[in-house]
Amino acid sequence: MNNTVYGIKTTKKDFAAKPSFLRAVFAIVWKDIQAEYRSFELISAMLVFSLLVIIIFNFALNLDIKMRETVTAGVLWTTFAFAGTLGLNRSMSVEKDRGCLDGLLLAPVDRSAIYFGKAISNLTFMLVVEAIVLPVYSILYNTNLFQPGLLLVILLGSIGYVGVGTLLATMSVQTRTRDILLSILLFPVVLPVLLPAIIASNGFLTRVELAEIMFPIGLLIAYDIIFISVAFMVFDNVVEE
Amino acid sequence: MQSKPAALKVLDVVSIILLGISTYLALVFAPTELVMGDVQRVFYFHIGTAWTALLGFILAAVFSVVYLIKKDLLWDRLQVAAIEVSLVFFLITIVLGSIWARPAWNTWWTWDPRLTTAAVTELIYVAYFMLRQGIDDPDKRARFGAVYALIGGLSAPLTFFAIRLFRTIHPVVIGGTNPEADGGFSMTADMRVAFFFALFTFTVVFIDLFWNRIRLGDLQDKVEQLKLKVSM
Repeated sequence: MNNTVYGIKTTKKDFAAKPSFLRAVFAIVWKDIQAEYRSFELISAMLVFSLLVIIIFNFALNLDIKMRETVTAGVLWTTFAFAGTLGLNRSMSVEKDRGCLDGLLLAPVDRSAIYFGKAISNLTFMLVVEAIVLPVYSILYNTNLFQPGLLLVILLGSIGYVGVGTLLATMSVQTRTRDILLSILLFPVVLPVLLPAIIASNGFLTRVELAEIMFPIGLLIAYDIIFISVAFMVFDNVVEE
Repeated sequence: MQSKPAALKVLDVVSIILLGISTYLALVFAPTELVMGDVQRVFYFHIGTAWTALLGFILAAVFSVVYLIKKDLLWDRLQVAAIEVSLVFFLITIVLGSIWARPAWNTWWTWDPRLTTAAVTELIYVAYFMLRQGIDDPDKRARFGAVYALIGGLSAPLTFFAIRLFRTIHPVVIGGTNPEADGGFSMTADMRVAFFFALFTFTVVFIDLFWNRIRLGDLQDKVEQLKLKVSM
């Protein structure tokens, strides 16, 4: 039996009582990616902002060859953290402004599916921005950032950052002071993720022995798991009306 | 309006007396430390306030879990009270530590794990109050507050472990020795008296302030309800 709802062909399967968890997560991610693909609002803002931050750092830190080796990790992570709040804020306030969040909450899916869906799409945007910033930085400062270890650390750090950030952004967009609140809420709390990420990135860039980097990476993985599981457990409380 | 409970009044007076005795013990009774001199006396109140502040932060994390399970605003009031008192105590800890560090380490501040964690923890709970201020609905405020206090309470010790990746020079006077610590010492019997008395004093002062703050929270709630009634 085929029906059409709003011009979209549907099958009986689409009206099944509750879509599976993964399908719900994927639907939210796909919705965000499609919306972003049509406007490029979020990624372009994050990207331009990141490049501007890097340019400011160039003057602020006088990034000559000697300096570069030791501060690159810090510059990169500061850039990602700042650009990240921009993206998180935007991604959640779009949901809030146009009443989409209420629509999402009405959907017969588990609330945590909304959390994971938003977190994965936020992560996707962040990774896209990082994937552009890294080669640009490599060219501008003649440093090779394409080391598998460094890329792994950046992935792990971004996962933890977005894991906490999605939860806090969901809260901050529902407050009166929402434009300024997210970075104040997020930065002190996400520090345990950023610290090992910076130390491990620095380790890869200054070519210290792998054994020394393993500990911060382990810490990073542990913190990712801790933060995401806590955010997953309490997310219900920040979207309840 | 309900008047202050008699027990609380007694506790107020006891706290003041204990603070007086503790000040005497720390400043006069305890012997002067040989290497650092009089500035070491800061230590008694430094640990006293630090211990109670941490106690309050841990309590707050526990209250937030209970609130998230029970959804009773009582636990929210307890949480705010604990965090507010602890925030002040922790600020005192940091300031006293800084006063001690200037002669002992020859600097007001270093980016040592304990100091950094203390500063970040302070900022987390300042952010907590900024979050609460932006929300009008009491239930929502309580829910968001509880979530943030939980995440913050979890994040602070994790930060501490993460910064441990760097070295520390903060002395550990009770239990544990760090060969690179600077400014450590061992306590004499009289110092111990002053030390444990200060711990006891600040615990009592904390309970007193905590109680007063909870009472204030209750009264604030009543005022809000009365205002609503009048405006209706």
